[in-house]
Amino acid sequence: MSSYTLPKLRSPLYYILLALGVLVVMVGLYAVYQMEHHGHIITGMNNQIVWGMPHVFAIFLIVAASGVLNIAAIGSVFGQVVYKPRAPLAGMLSIAMLAGGLFVLMLDLGRPDRVIVAATNFNPTSVFAWNLPLYTGLFTLVALYMWTLLERRMNCWIKPVGLIVFTWRILLTTGTGMIFAFLVARQAYGSAILPPLFIVMSFGWGMAVFFVVQSAIYKWNDRTHDPVILSRMKNLLGIFVLGTLFLVAVYHLTNLYFAKQTDFEHFILRDGGIYPWLFWTGYVVLGSLLPLLLIFHPSLGKVRCVVAASLLVILGSFSLLYVFIIGGQAFPLSIFPGYEVSSSFSDGAITPYQPSVWEIMLGMGGVGVAFMITAIGIRVLDFVPRELPNN
Amino acid sequence: MSDINLQRRNFLKTAAGAAMVTVAPGMLLFDVAHGNPQSVGKVRWGMLIDTAACVPGCNDCVTACNNENGLSGGTATTDSQWIRKIEIKDISSRREVSLPMMCQHCESPPCVEVCPTGASFKRVDGIVLVDKHLCIGCRYCMMACPYKARSFVHEPLQGQNPDVPRGKGTVESCTLCVHRIDQGGKPACAEACPNKVILFGDLNDPSSEIAQKLHSVSTTQLRADLKLNTGVRYQGL
Repeated sequence: MSSYTLPKLRSPLYYILLALGVLVVMVGLYAVYQMEHHGHIITGMNNQIVWGMPHVFAIFLIVAASGVLNIAAIGSVFGQVVYKPRAPLAGMLSIAMLAGGLFVLMLDLGRPDRVIVAATNFNPTSVFAWNLPLYTGLFTLVALYMWTLLERRMNCWIKPVGLIVFTWRILLTTGTGMIFAFLVARQAYGSAILPPLFIVMSFGWGMAVFFVVQSAIYKWNDRTHDPVILSRMKNLLGIFVLGTLFLVAVYHLTNLYFAKQTDFEHFILRDGGIYPWLFWTGYVVLGSLLPLLLIFHPSLGKVRCVVAASLLVILGSFSLLYVFIIGGQAFPLSIFPGYEVSSSFSDGAITPYQPSVWEIMLGMGGVGVAFMITAIGIRVLDFVPRELPNN
Repeated sequence: MSDINLQRRNFLKTAAGAAMVTVAPGMLLFDVAHGNPQSVGKVRWGMLIDTAACVPGCNDCVTACNNENGLSGGTATTDSQWIRKIEIKDISSRREVSLPMMCQHCESPPCVEVCPTGASFKRVDGIVLVDKHLCIGCRYCMMACPYKARSFVHEPLQGQNPDVPRGKGTVESCTLCVHRIDQGGKPACAEACPNKVILFGDLNDPSSEIAQKLHSVSTTQLRADLKLNTGVRYQGL
């Protein structure tokens, strides 16, 4: 048991970080109080852009929560030994980020006090409603999976439970993608490529978050990365970044091919101001090409480079989600194809959106929740990845 | 011992009575909100809008809707607009048309399909409504509506019309003035239009004016490609 002790986590800095985490969560809750009191009028959202900055945070956290379980699945389901010691940390990060994402999603509701209504009234045709049991199921299954990992008598169940968790997380991310794929009304959505795109995005984002957290824990405990394992993990991250880039390119190219979608694509990729800028600079260059360079360039690829690449992937993911969620709504609905349209309700016009500080505070609150659960989890249980002796 | 039992019996009687008094009015209202059961499969309320007669710049239908339903009439992006005037111009021919736009009361409404709690629902007479007690304010229905017909209540409300309850943090849209229809009336916009652009009636009744007109003139459903079978039709598009 003595090997489970993490001396550095007893230092004052740990408690300072915990206090900061509490502060960030409190800031998020204060934003909720303000939004509940004044209504969504204090946010940047409106009747055209109905999902804003909180949803960028929430969807990142939920997608990454599912993706980080890939680390566990590679070890438990696909038998890659070097990933096995990483499974408990991956499981805990998944629970932490899912809790953070749901914190944001639920507290952004117009009536957050009615969460119980959502739990007791289930519309079977709603993909949103399907997602609720998928979320609660993931919590339960990951907790069960971690029990099989941490309790020696349960170790024989790791593979079957790991397989169920892996299947469930694929279903969950499919469900997240379907929230958008099932929308026929808006041109950005309603595409069957979105669920697979979300699954591949989750692989990369989960891996990036995992690598950042693992590196922070290693640094804190004066541990070093095994070069072989580092190389394998960074290569995998690179493949996921490439996979996402490929599917994003296919999504836009398909749209560009359809005449009815070209105006929308020109808006997102060229004329839309902040959206093309975030897409090309934030997602493509900083969030994909630069990380690929840091990962695959022969003279780079060291720990610091991979951490930087992971942070850039996270930055790129926020850029991509901002363009996808907010840019997708800013473009007007095509109710009268072939006509110029104008009205008092922004018909035919690009709707401006300026995220308010309350939205960002709420989103950061979700990140704070994820951080708190991770920080406390690492302190209470033994989640630090240790290389197995034969590695 | 019998004394205690008697007290308990009286308590239970009073409690049951009080519960009935509390619940009964709600149950009665609940029944009304679902429309007349006699009309199952028979009545389908709808509108036919004659765009040729709709005057650009005329906003009487919008004003009537705002007054009837207690809307502010504001046109900021966060204000509720249950009905709006849209001006469209054909890109190639430059022909201009003005028309009112509201909830299309679809037979297969995407808002009802996506609503996680069932707050968005369709009455037996085809009117699509939001149950303000079930709406959690997720706005997924607003993402799903192809007509941008729904508004979210962004701020606290004052001076509501008791017949048209609204709520901060919930989604709302044209109710087809259901409170008027249930009393034999017609929607405020149809009544207010000076040019009789909006014809309201029962789409399923072959003898109704709207059904006969739909039979005799060419009409259009907006986004007909989506096959939602809208209850609102347009003439002259």
